[in-house]
Amino acid sequence: MFYREAGDFKTSYRADSQTFPIRLDRMGYFAALIVAYAVVPFFIDDYWANAVFVPFLIYAIAAIGLNILVGYAGQVSLGTGGFMAVGAYAVYKLMTTFPEVPFFFHVILAGGVTAFVGVLFGLPSLRIKGFYLAVATLAAQFFLVWLFNKVPWFYNYSASGQITAPDRTMFGIYITGAQTSAVAKYLFCLVILTLVALMARNLTRGTVGRKWMAIRDMDIAAEIIGVNPLSAKVTAFAVSSFFIGIAGALLFSVYLGAAEVGESFGINKSFLVLFMVIIGGLGSIFGSFAGAAFLVLLPVFLKNVLVGALGWPTDVAAHLELMIVGALIVIFLIVEPHGLAQLWRIAKEKLRLWPFPH
Amino acid sequence: MTDQLLYATETALNGLMTGVMYSLVALGFVLIYKSSGVFNYAQGVLALFAALTLVGIQKGQVPFAHLINAMTGGHLESFPWQVPALLAILLTAGVMVIMAIIIEKLVLKHLVNQAPIILFMATIGLAYFLEGFGDVMWGADIKTLDVGLPQGINETIETVTGDLFGYGFFIDNLDLVATLVAVLLVTALTIFSQYSKQGRALRAVADDHQAALSVGISLRFIWILVWSIAGFVALVAGIMWGSKSGVQFSLSLIALKALPVLMLGGFTSIPGAIVGGLIIGMGEKLFEFWIGPLIGGATENWFAYVLALIFLVFRPQGLFGEKIIERV
Repeated sequence: MFYREAGDFKTSYRADSQTFPIRLDRMGYFAALIVAYAVVPFFIDDYWANAVFVPFLIYAIAAIGLNILVGYAGQVSLGTGGFMAVGAYAVYKLMTTFPEVPFFFHVILAGGVTAFVGVLFGLPSLRIKGFYLAVATLAAQFFLVWLFNKVPWFYNYSASGQITAPDRTMFGIYITGAQTSAVAKYLFCLVILTLVALMARNLTRGTVGRKWMAIRDMDIAAEIIGVNPLSAKVTAFAVSSFFIGIAGALLFSVYLGAAEVGESFGINKSFLVLFMVIIGGLGSIFGSFAGAAFLVLLPVFLKNVLVGALGWPTDVAAHLELMIVGALIVIFLIVEPHGLAQLWRIAKEKLRLWPFPH
Repeated sequence: MTDQLLYATETALNGLMTGVMYSLVALGFVLIYKSSGVFNYAQGVLALFAALTLVGIQKGQVPFAHLINAMTGGHLESFPWQVPALLAILLTAGVMVIMAIIIEKLVLKHLVNQAPIILFMATIGLAYFLEGFGDVMWGADIKTLDVGLPQGINETIETVTGDLFGYGFFIDNLDLVATLVAVLLVTALTIFSQYSKQGRALRAVADDHQAALSVGISLRFIWILVWSIAGFVALVAGIMWGSKSGVQFSLSLIALKALPVLMLGGFTSIPGAIVGGLIIGMGEKLFEFWIGPLIGGATENWFAYVLALIFLVFRPQGLFGEKIIERV
């Protein structure tokens, strides 16, 4: 009754093709934006920023990126960790080499570098398909991690082999480094996430997105109706890696501050982001948000319950956490293989009729 | 022969032996993929779990001791007995069969007809679960596994080659045993699938699920059977790797080493798993030997993948995989 498209008339083409055609959706979207920009920054403290909000924002960017590749273009990739590492090391090299350039551009440039690397590793996808491709992307994962470990130029010959983010400011406010406030971290990531989400949403609605989906559904058929598989697959890899690179750059510079490639960008990171995409829902931008939120909140919640409330030793809690996460993933796939986004869709369908049965 | 060539030969031989170990893990993958189309990422963790269980049973550990202690505040450690190796292996094989039944009942049954990616993700979830479960059940500390396999350098080979070439080859006894076991295992599997009733049913399922169903083969029984066999193969791999480098978390990572082997050999071919393992094992050791020092070493982490990737570009279905035919 309250949530419906009936009576919501469009009088211009512009209104007809807007991102959220249903009024309540639109209101929800603006409400979420207002809460995120105008309410949360006043209440956020260091614990909430570091444990929940900043990782959520960053992983949401990564999940959107991977969702474009896996959910929209149908190319399964297990190299996310490696591509995030490219973003992180690119932003590190840029920050230390050109300290006078604003940090925002470094992040974008790091995304560009990652896009280039992503295209390079995406080229074999023209020949290799399905699981063979998934395993082939592991080549990127292992090779890139090895490269950043072994070539000292990437970590500026530092003795520990780690990279540490130098202090950088924007408009006089610290964005990276130890003096950064929780609000600055949060807002910076939020702005980038908003831009990324808008871009992704509109790309997937347009020609490019339709080409990706055609390739995903059946690449030979898509080729026959005139979709160029080379350009579709390469753009999917480029856009996806661009976002993932940005996420990697933010993860290193804003969130972690210092990173060691094998630990921060290992194969587990690839699986984590892939889980976010699958649990959230393949081929859905909202799903990327939901999946990221779920997998960021779950460990925090479990840790608080097991260690905080029950007082169990941390090692047992860590193992139980692995079990619970694994079991939840399996249960999720059994109950709703199309992810949280599908649950949301079902809820909306129900809402259209509610409270009347017909 | 020059010294350099002798070293290289020794490296190549050792590589072949390592390759056999990779093949042992890859075999489990192939079996499951062939018969159910599930890309079982959990195979490495199955090996870890099997090895953990074997050590636990052998040493008479109390399962879930840590958890029980944490909940009750007690001090359970282990039962006052030790179990002989052979019995422990049999018991562990039993545990793996039970595991196969549980996995089929709780997971696979509900995921019939889902997209392959969903099944793949489910096995990753399973891998996480089993990893945590194994740790909670038996403790996460590094354990030594000793089932009476010979250890150390084979002295006969060293003296014989020493007499022949003036340079003794260092070959691990354990690797030789592993090779022997792998040969036996593949022979046994081949005989089983070619000459037994269940084996024929298994091949029928691998060929076409629906046709197999329509002639009265129980899919669910076959899946349990396949997962049990894969569990048994995992147990063998777990024993070999566990004896070699101790039972610990990193054991589950050998699954990652088995993946390029699979790509190279083809996901559906048992000979492919063996040949792929040999090529990868030898290739990565020789690459590390010749090129490794020039570019910083530790190339074993990625060489296998890059080799498989380059290879696949020219032959997308792997060496022995079935030709991928796409229809619109």
